[in-house]
Amino acid sequence: MAFITATWNPLGEAFYRKVELYEMSWSLRDGLRDCLVAAAPYGGPIALLKGPHRRSPSVRPQLDIYSAAGASMASLTWKSGPVVQLGWTVSDELLCIQEDGTVLVYDLSGEFKRHFSMGQELVQSQVVEAKVFHSPYGTGVAVVTASSRFTLATNIDDLKLRRLPEVPGLQGAPSCWAVLTQDRQTKVLLASGADLFILDSTSCLAVSPPGLSVPCSSFVNMAVSFSYKYLALVTDTGHLWTGTANLQEKLSEVDTKIRSPPKHIVWCRRPKSQQPSVVLMFEQLLLVAGVCNDTIQFPLDEESVCVAELDGVRIVGPTRHHLLQEVPLVCDDIFRIASMSPGALLLEAHKEYQKSSQKADEYLREIKEQSMLGEAVRQCVEAAGHEHDPDTQKALLRAASFGKCFLTNFSPEHFVSVCRDLRVLNAVRDPAVGIPLTHTQYKQMTVQVLIDRLVYRQLYPLAVEICRYLKTPEYQGVSRILKHWACCKVQQKSQSDDVIVMAVSARLADVPGISYSHIASKAYQCGRTELAIKLLDYEARSGEQVPLLLKMKRSQLALSKAIESGDTDLVYTVVSYLKNEMNRGDFFMTLRNQPVAASLYRKFCKLQEQETLKDLYNQDDDHQELANYYVTASYREKRLESRLSLLQSAVDEYNKAKNEFAAKATEEDMRLLRFQRKLDDEKGAELLGLSLQATMEALLASGLHKQAEHLYRDFKVPDKRYWWLKLRSLAEKEEWEELEKFSKSKKSPIGYLPFVEVCIKRQNKYEAKKYISKVTPEHKVKAHLAVGDLEGAAEAAIERRSEAELGAVLSRCSTSTDRLLIDRLNRAKMAAAKK
Amino acid sequence: MAYSVRKDSPELPDFSLLKRLARDQLIYLLEQLPGRKDLFIEADLMSPLDRIANVTTLKQHDVDKLYKVEYKPIVSTSDQLCFLIRPRIQTVKWICDVVNADKAAGKFRRYKIIFTPQKFYVCDTALEEQGIFGDVTTDEWAFYLLPLDDDIISLELPEFFRDNFLEGDQRWVRTAGSALHLLHSLYGPFSKVYGIGRCSKMAYESWREQIEEGEQRARHAEIGNVFLIDRDVDFVTPLCSQVVYEGLVDDIFKIKCGCVEFGADVISSDKSIKVMLNAQDKVFDEIRNEHFSNVFGFLSQKAKNLQTAYDKRRGMDIKQMKTFVSEELKGLKQEHRLLSLHIGASEAMMKKKTKQDFQDLLKTEHSLLEGFQIRECISFIEEHINRQVSMIESLRLLCLLSLTENGLLPKDYRSLKAQFLQSYGVDHLLTFANLRQLGLLVEQQPGETLTAMESKVGKLVNDRTAGKLTDAFSSLAKKSNFRALSRRLNLVPKSDEEYDLRVPRDMAYIFSGAYVPLSCKLIEQVLERDGWTGLDEVTRLLNGHEFAVTGNNGADLKAKNDVQRIILVMFLGGCTFSEISALRFLGKEKGYKFIVVTTAVTNSARLLEAMLDNHV
Repeated sequence: MAFITATWNPLGEAFYRKVELYEMSWSLRDGLRDCLVAAAPYGGPIALLKGPHRRSPSVRPQLDIYSAAGASMASLTWKSGPVVQLGWTVSDELLCIQEDGTVLVYDLSGEFKRHFSMGQELVQSQVVEAKVFHSPYGTGVAVVTASSRFTLATNIDDLKLRRLPEVPGLQGAPSCWAVLTQDRQTKVLLASGADLFILDSTSCLAVSPPGLSVPCSSFVNMAVSFSYKYLALVTDTGHLWTGTANLQEKLSEVDTKIRSPPKHIVWCRRPKSQQPSVVLMFEQLLLVAGVCNDTIQFPLDEESVCVAELDGVRIVGPTRHHLLQEVPLVCDDIFRIASMSPGALLLEAHKEYQKSSQKADEYLREIKEQSMLGEAVRQCVEAAGHEHDPDTQKALLRAASFGKCFLTNFSPEHFVSVCRDLRVLNAVRDPAVGIPLTHTQYKQMTVQVLIDRLVYRQLYPLAVEICRYLKTPEYQGVSRILKHWACCKVQQKSQSDDVIVMAVSARLADVPGISYSHIASKAYQCGRTELAIKLLDYEARSGEQVPLLLKMKRSQLALSKAIESGDTDLVYTVVSYLKNEMNRGDFFMTLRNQPVAASLYRKFCKLQEQETLKDLYNQDDDHQELANYYVTASYREKRLESRLSLLQSAVDEYNKAKNEFAAKATEEDMRLLRFQRKLDDEKGAELLGLSLQATMEALLASGLHKQAEHLYRDFKVPDKRYWWLKLRSLAEKEEWEELEKFSKSKKSPIGYLPFVEVCIKRQNKYEAKKYISKVTPEHKVKAHLAVGDLEGAAEAAIERRSEAELGAVLSRCSTSTDRLLIDRLNRAKMAAAKK
Repeated sequence: MAYSVRKDSPELPDFSLLKRLARDQLIYLLEQLPGRKDLFIEADLMSPLDRIANVTTLKQHDVDKLYKVEYKPIVSTSDQLCFLIRPRIQTVKWICDVVNADKAAGKFRRYKIIFTPQKFYVCDTALEEQGIFGDVTTDEWAFYLLPLDDDIISLELPEFFRDNFLEGDQRWVRTAGSALHLLHSLYGPFSKVYGIGRCSKMAYESWREQIEEGEQRARHAEIGNVFLIDRDVDFVTPLCSQVVYEGLVDDIFKIKCGCVEFGADVISSDKSIKVMLNAQDKVFDEIRNEHFSNVFGFLSQKAKNLQTAYDKRRGMDIKQMKTFVSEELKGLKQEHRLLSLHIGASEAMMKKKTKQDFQDLLKTEHSLLEGFQIRECISFIEEHINRQVSMIESLRLLCLLSLTENGLLPKDYRSLKAQFLQSYGVDHLLTFANLRQLGLLVEQQPGETLTAMESKVGKLVNDRTAGKLTDAFSSLAKKSNFRALSRRLNLVPKSDEEYDLRVPRDMAYIFSGAYVPLSCKLIEQVLERDGWTGLDEVTRLLNGHEFAVTGNNGADLKAKNDVQRIILVMFLGGCTFSEISALRFLGKEKGYKFIVVTTAVTNSARLLEAMLDNHV
């Protein structure tokens, strides 16, 4: 496999290789000259602004967005102000930083999204240079004015502008500068001539790189590594100083022997790098300067741009797109000429095996003797991950799979995951997609982010396929993609509502975790209210429908949805909204058609607005409830007059409701109240508010028999009730004479047993006995027993020949004293039983 | 005792977890307001709170003084006030008054309101209207379920009944759904859910919705099936006099949050004592489900046994005595104490309940249930009203009469109402309006009934609108159909057979063998048939809204047979101790274990007091 190493160049201990990623499919007439170029890391898109300094209205700058393979994604004529710098955010948005400090944000399809300003003062002082940087906090922007004032925003999604302090003694723009992220702080490192300063939000600190041996009059360029850990400085003498970004340590110093300042300078290193280096781009020359003081030189035939990556540098030229990186150690081990590493042997063994040569066995034996087969397989798998050419990948994986056959207990996980990853990577590296990710980058950015990027590019089918292939859970994978798709779909102005609804619902029908309300609100934002409503119909959770419906002023619909949801809080939300939005009449009418909402509102009114309640009933012609309302109100009223007037209203309403019974009862109540008032005034009886019965009781208790009698007649109190009442009242006061008189006044409607009982209750046997004779025969026994007259009871029982009653008497007899009686009773009982 | 107990009854899940969860959350919420603070607790939350976190626990978390919410100006010197309340407008308004008073006095304090189990939108509105929305912080304490006993869990929301069934305020439905969701997430997944009633259906839907929103974990189920039932499906049962021991204790002494206060008539001293009534009380556990007539005999037998145990002491040598004292004596003493308490309670009950009045009352009730000698019953009720024996009892009898007879004849309706108003005041017009709306006490409709009309309407329009219409009508036309149901489900056993209460043969024993509670009978039938098939006529008579849903984990349905026999019954609107006893009996008969979840434990008095309008 000699040809693999053909592109390798040694640099110190390590090798560097320059792999061609794409032949660019764009056709640029003037190459990249006179262009502002921004290419996003992680194989991101490329933005190109041609002729950014053209100002005349007839020849406007042209903004194009391409994939990393040069396929055009958007193209527009720039009509805003002069642009200083382009840059990409982590979520693939294009930032165009204008001279006046305004930053315009575009999405991948060239659609304008929003804008923000880096500070009003910039309108005056003009931005001369700007940088877009990425940190754990998101995408940031730093600008510098002609007067060397820096302004920073660490996260443009949560815009907080920080104006950095002035650099003392600095005139004009700095010669070069870079943004650093250290100790969770964003700082600016700037060079002015031979002086270096670190600016943070409060202070300006002069620094100098340790161990710079050659004196210089100025720093012409600088670069910070991808991880913000290392710093490279280029002096006007052509020396390259490298060290840590905190300027504590020096790594090396290389003399490039080129006096002209480099156009680009970029760190080229990878995690666990053996030989980090800095790439300097000059006119027609690309210089890789290793920390080991070694250099590689590549001739450069066209104007190109360097893009720093996590594990290398991409070089984008007008016709080709390369990746320059240090050859990973495993690849080095396997492919280095005459390598005897286990991986290399295994690869060789497999090759021989395919040729059906017995040499395969020899190689295998050799590996096995050193018991390195596991290591060999691991090397092949890992190396496959780092290779770009699918054939090489295949060869390595086949070798690994071949080696695996001779191993027991070898976990296949790594092998399988690398196979999967490569399948995904090869798919996205395809020029049609154009995301040239390396395996290391892919692992760093995660599948989720990759899916997001595909979604931003509207490559939905591919994204869905990848999710299905990787078995990503639906909520994180397919559902998310389809949601984005649907949101995009509803913005297609050319299609009719029904077509879109059909398409969306058909596609999302059995996908879990889709929020139709989210899609609908997107549709509403684009001014498609009808479409939004249709989409909301598919939303299963009513709670999500209601707020949007209210926002769209579809309150009636919102109300029905809220009621359907069964969530009373939602109903209240809508009701209170309606209350404020509508006039009272319409509001009540709306409630009328919605019993659930109406009853909720009534409840609310009962507690909060009694008066509204009345209006509500009035509107509904609900006379019954209205009357009940008046009755309730009357009990809150202290003054009799107002109480009576409320009750009169209640009577009227009851009559209207054709509830004669209630009307009559209320009228009687009014009559009673007036009566009570009169007596209260006359006798100070304190009757007001008592029930009829209680009034009569009170009257009888205070000896006002006449008045009680009056009530009894006036209110047609049933005889029984009155008798019970009077009976008890008289007994209570032990007015036995009165009682006797009363008993004789006419025939008792309740019989005379109660008379006996009340007397006994007051322990007056004497009085009780008076009434026994009057008790009806069926109650005689009871009456006799009540006064404790066993004889009499026995007599009565025997007379009545009732077995049960005889038994009752018997149970009261004691065996010692009532012998005779017991015998008699027993005999009678037997006789009764016989009969 | 004499039950034919199936030996293989499954074990109940451990519900103390619910308490722990609630306590931890409360502590977390209290600590959200750091520093010392005074805590104001809504009166009806006092007892439930005590079961979750006692005063010591609260004090450990910087609670300085505890106050009961009394709707009066406060006297607190603390600069931080915390309110633990139900989401009621009245209480929120009171808090507003407190805050505004402080503002007027120029006093600066920090306020925090903890709503339990959840906050309602109206609470925020009220705060906003009173202009103190920004002055208080609010939180929700998701304390949905209080385990009162091994098999009783209560939401402690007595207002559920009135709010939902009378006022048509469905705010608590979601609460019920959340409670179910909590149980499901801790003890589920449930394999089958049955239910009847509109509110049940809504609670079920609310629960489903919450499941869909949340994540699902595969777990080992501890509860198999769930039965949801609305209180308005069966009003007859809670309105009957309770004669099972636990029910009687509730009727007479009022069990509050699993705890009863025995006064001087039970214990010999003047001071009343509070007693927890649950399965921990061994004596109580044995008699709670017994018909009252058996209790006394049982207790005296128990007393004799106790005496024998004590008597063992005689003739013991020192060593034996030592082990007796260290091992048995404490248990015996404890048992002794409990025994004397329950004997005292039974005596007090005996005094009240063996009186002629009570016997007559029971006789009337049984006649009503049987539909026998209705005239006599009406005159008994009339006399009951006239003599002003007890307002609630009179109302109860009136309602029973109306429910069993499908409404009163117009003549009776008027005259009984008039008598009642004379006895207890005209303001009860509102009570009658409420009872009528709920269908508890109605006038018989001449001619075509509304149900028939509804079915006609139903044919004309589609199901959904018909549902809405039915809802609109349901308050007017809640037809009881008790007689037909009773025949179809055989609720009233033939009266000519002797019913031995010591050896109950069916659930009717809880009403002296006179009536099988409709609610429990429905549960029995549905479990037996594994759904509502064959009960079409019954559900029609009950106004429908029945459902039976099989969960999505059908695979392990057969595997865990034991779990299938643990059944959670949720009563929306409350249930009585008699019903719980009946379910325990049913469980023993059929090898089920029932867990009763209820919005509150109720009885006839509480049910009817909720209908009175004088507290508005």
